[in-house]
Amino acid sequence: MKNTNAAILELSNVGIGLPLGADRQWAVRDVSLTILPQQTLCLVGESGSGKSVIAQAIMGILPSALPLKEGKIKLLGKDIPKQRSPNFNLLRSVKMGMVFQDAVASLNPIKKVGHQLEEILLVHGVSRKERKSRVLKMLSAVLLPNPESAYRSYPHEMSGGQAQRIVIAGALLLNPSLLIADEPTTALDVTTQAEILELITKLKIEFNTSVLFITHDFGVVSEVGDQIAVMKDGKILEQGSVKNVLKNPQNEYTRSLLKAANLDTSKKKLKETEEILKADNISLTYKKGFFFNQTKFKAVQKVSLSLTAGSTLAVVGESGSGKSSLAKCLLRLEKTNSGKIYYRGKDITDLKGAHLKNFRSKVQVVLQDPFGALDPRFKIIDAIAEGPIIHGSSWNEANSRAIEMLSLVGLTPQSAERYPQEFSGGQRQRICIARALIMRPEVLIADEAVSALDVSIQVKILDLFEDLQKRLGFAMIFITHDLHVAAAISDSVIVMKDGRVVESGQTSSVFMNPQAKYTKMLISSAPGYQGGEVL
Amino acid sequence: MTGFILSKLLRAFITLLLTVSLVFIFIRFSGDPAAAMAPPDAPQEVIDQYAEKLGLDKPLWVQYTNYLGQIFRGDFGHSVDSGRSSVSLFLDRLPATLYLGGFSLLIALTVGISLGTVAALNRGNFLDRGVMAFSVFAFAMPNFLFGLAVILIGALGFQTYLGGQGASISWVGVLPPALTLGLASTGSYARFSRSSLLETINKPFLLAAEARGISRTRRLIFHAMPNAAIPLVTLIGLSLGGLIAGSVVTEQVFAWPGVGQLLVRSVATRDIATVQFIVLAIAGTMVVANLLVDFLYLIIDPRIRVQ
Amino acid sequence: MSDRYKSFERLSTPLVVKLALGFVVVFVLFALFGQLLSPHEFRATSLFDRLKPPIGFGGTWTYPLGTDGRGRDLLVRLALGAQITLIVAIVGTLVGAVLGSLLGIIAAAKRGPLEALIIGAVDVQASLPIIVVALFVLAVFNSSFTLFLLLVGLNGWEVYARLMRGAVLSAKEHGYVMAIRALGASSFRIYFRHIFPNVLNIVLVQFTINLPLTVLLETALSFLGLGVQPPLTSLGQIMSEGRDRLLTAWWLTLFPGLIIFFLALSISIIGDWVRDRLDPTLRSEK
Repeated sequence: MKNTNAAILELSNVGIGLPLGADRQWAVRDVSLTILPQQTLCLVGESGSGKSVIAQAIMGILPSALPLKEGKIKLLGKDIPKQRSPNFNLLRSVKMGMVFQDAVASLNPIKKVGHQLEEILLVHGVSRKERKSRVLKMLSAVLLPNPESAYRSYPHEMSGGQAQRIVIAGALLLNPSLLIADEPTTALDVTTQAEILELITKLKIEFNTSVLFITHDFGVVSEVGDQIAVMKDGKILEQGSVKNVLKNPQNEYTRSLLKAANLDTSKKKLKETEEILKADNISLTYKKGFFFNQTKFKAVQKVSLSLTAGSTLAVVGESGSGKSSLAKCLLRLEKTNSGKIYYRGKDITDLKGAHLKNFRSKVQVVLQDPFGALDPRFKIIDAIAEGPIIHGSSWNEANSRAIEMLSLVGLTPQSAERYPQEFSGGQRQRICIARALIMRPEVLIADEAVSALDVSIQVKILDLFEDLQKRLGFAMIFITHDLHVAAAISDSVIVMKDGRVVESGQTSSVFMNPQAKYTKMLISSAPGYQGGEVL
Repeated sequence: MTGFILSKLLRAFITLLLTVSLVFIFIRFSGDPAAAMAPPDAPQEVIDQYAEKLGLDKPLWVQYTNYLGQIFRGDFGHSVDSGRSSVSLFLDRLPATLYLGGFSLLIALTVGISLGTVAALNRGNFLDRGVMAFSVFAFAMPNFLFGLAVILIGALGFQTYLGGQGASISWVGVLPPALTLGLASTGSYARFSRSSLLETINKPFLLAAEARGISRTRRLIFHAMPNAAIPLVTLIGLSLGGLIAGSVVTEQVFAWPGVGQLLVRSVATRDIATVQFIVLAIAGTMVVANLLVDFLYLIIDPRIRVQ
Repeated sequence: MSDRYKSFERLSTPLVVKLALGFVVVFVLFALFGQLLSPHEFRATSLFDRLKPPIGFGGTWTYPLGTDGRGRDLLVRLALGAQITLIVAIVGTLVGAVLGSLLGIIAAAKRGPLEALIIGAVDVQASLPIIVVALFVLAVFNSSFTLFLLLVGLNGWEVYARLMRGAVLSAKEHGYVMAIRALGASSFRIYFRHIFPNVLNIVLVQFTINLPLTVLLETALSFLGLGVQPPLTSLGQIMSEGRDRLLTAWWLTLFPGLIIFFLALSISIIGDWVRDRLDPTLRSEK
């Protein structure tokens, strides 16, 4: 008789090394975890914490550059080999299934989906007839709307959510005891994310599987987790039941991560100042290709917004909603097809030449990708000083202003002569902010400015934005898909979907009392949302 | 998808049209086009007739349209020394070149891809380095040098003269020139299939397949190689030009009675009519070949079909 | 993920590259000063000294590498040939690089009909191997050294054009281009100070691929008798003279042939190495 309390997975003092030349000696050290039957353990950490390495070690697919030097990993009481072994291959797939972050990339692009799933059964000797029916059964178990059609499709024809369902189906085909999910919803839209999390919870019970869920998102943890382990730099800082750890975090790091996950709108109130930037029914349509291959894409459709001096407007939407295109329109980097834009009452829709250049000095931008936003050949001091130089400053003047800006954004003057590659993501974003603010703009547009950063760094950069706004008095348009960020930083918000504005208003009212159906869906899908209060 | 096909066809047509126009411009602004197109030893009256037929006195655009009309009717002029039409001269020699080209391609593909695969699977060790060294050598080796060396070895080592006049178009006779012609392509196919396979092996879906329990052999044969083969198709299409260029020199070295040898001879004797036709035929072949590659992609890569 | 942990490559220069560099240096020196090594003039014929073999195969130190069919010293002719090949290769490659790159940049900068025209020209060139184009032009027009130089120079221009167009188009999408435009920079400033320096790498890489191909094209055309004309000579031209005497006077084929081979090989090896250093993610996965 099986001991129903026997651990499914047990890690004891596991240590995995890194090759010479890496930033530290161990990928993970002294890691001990236990997962019991029907339990979900969430492994939380930022990039570089070692969480993915643990997953690979458990699966037995560690690359040879990362040796399992210490400790043991036991699955259902049996040791897992320290290195890749072909014998283990077959065994492992029966006991464990794995789901990765990018679902479409984990499927063979030139084979039909059904064929690929069948292959899993094929290598275990299942007969042809049985294979097809089992795969179809699995495809409906993962709640695909049309299993037959999915069976015949190619991976690239699926949306991110559908592809993830298929990969989950593949992982559960052989009824494993453990499902390892490595950031499975990170790349998905908020609404799809919610659906997948629900699916995993449902399947866990249906198939009697334990889950090791790797994520950086506490909202996700509160949705699906029973147990949680927090990792940083290869070590486990805190472990315990989700209820306890989230309510009463003991560790400093855990607490800082939790703070970032809060959707706290209490600090914000709308200021009564003059209108500084206004968009009136603007539209933007992109045309691609020539002759017979032309496609039209309506990026922005009849959008109107109003920004008052010194305030912050958040533009919230999922990817493809048109928020970045809107930013380009407001910055006059793209010409709108219709509608008007006003700056301080003046019509700037068709500005050209010197007037346009003048306008540019008043409205600046900080972009999402800190690694593409700086010319790798320019020292950061030159990058920051470039703005004033373009507008006529002498080199000396621009240079000294640039050094001033460096300290303002929290970097040392000594770093002035370095190149962008020598800085971390968060630091590069500070440089971009310096480059924008040296122009003393009245409006700063931040397009997903913190989305590419780790959560703990995000908090610091958002604080920086707020601090600088108080000091320099500019208005901000903050574009983001992350509701937590929007709530924390804005006075008013507009919600976009498919190029249109779905709802707008004061942040606190929109978030507490959303009117539009889409807004309601967006807010309730945010992981961790528990009826009126997100975390 | 029809948009894709139509735009490719249109582009091909425009390319051919531009090529024909360019050829027209060059011939028009060269020496005496009439004398070039007329049969040899033609008396002045016949040349004048040609001049009239070519409309050399008429405005340029009329000449152009006449030229296009001629091309359309298949009249590409007559060869200077033989008096035969350039088209028939070309067709006479085409089989030899096709035979040689086909053999070279076959050798290059089989040897090249095998070497590349072996190299990718043995990454880092001496086999891999050997294949890479071979491909660098093959790339740098002038084909005429290699061909001459082959002939030299054949003569000195085997007492067979391989570069003789009228080399027999047999499968033994074609081997030396085919090896020479195929050498450069072999090197590039080896190198490319190696890098394509290596890139594919490191893709996430192969790691995921391993996680699903698929064996290494199966992953290689059913997942890695089909994906790695796709970009290879483009390469093969692109290397057609190199094959044609190479055959010009190789046929000369081995006195192989193909189109390449005809081209060189025609250039030397200023036989414009024949040169012109060969150039247009080559352009046509390459454009068609590229179209075929594009359409082949529709079949082998499902991702293209969505575009 | 394992890419993060790839061990760092040895930063020293491999032996092969050093050898290749050495050969190229020797070649250049030979091309520039080789004629001084021999007391003979490259045109000096000598009826009595025809087809003399080189040292070690029955020859004398008067003609260390032997003579050709007209009794001309092979050593001095090789030196001159090397010079011509060197000039044609470098000038030619530069012409193609500059012309092609410019067209590519213009195509990417000014989208629209001009771009379509340039793409059309690229398409035409892509469907005609350069040797065929060269043969055609040489048949139609009177051959001259300048014309030949130009034709050889055109080798590969369409690759530069395509590469540069692609590079500039993608550079335009880079975050920093957008941010600097927002700062108020003029198009000229963006292209000149930001886009151009960043795509220069690509030109350099292509240059290293293109140079050996240009050498091979020149020698092939000269070998066919359609390239460099007498009294000038090139390495390929010497080989064409030796073609008919392959068995009797093999040195006329072997020596120039080996020089061409090792030159192309060395440039390729150096090119590979430069590519690896400039951008390890680019090509040859070692």
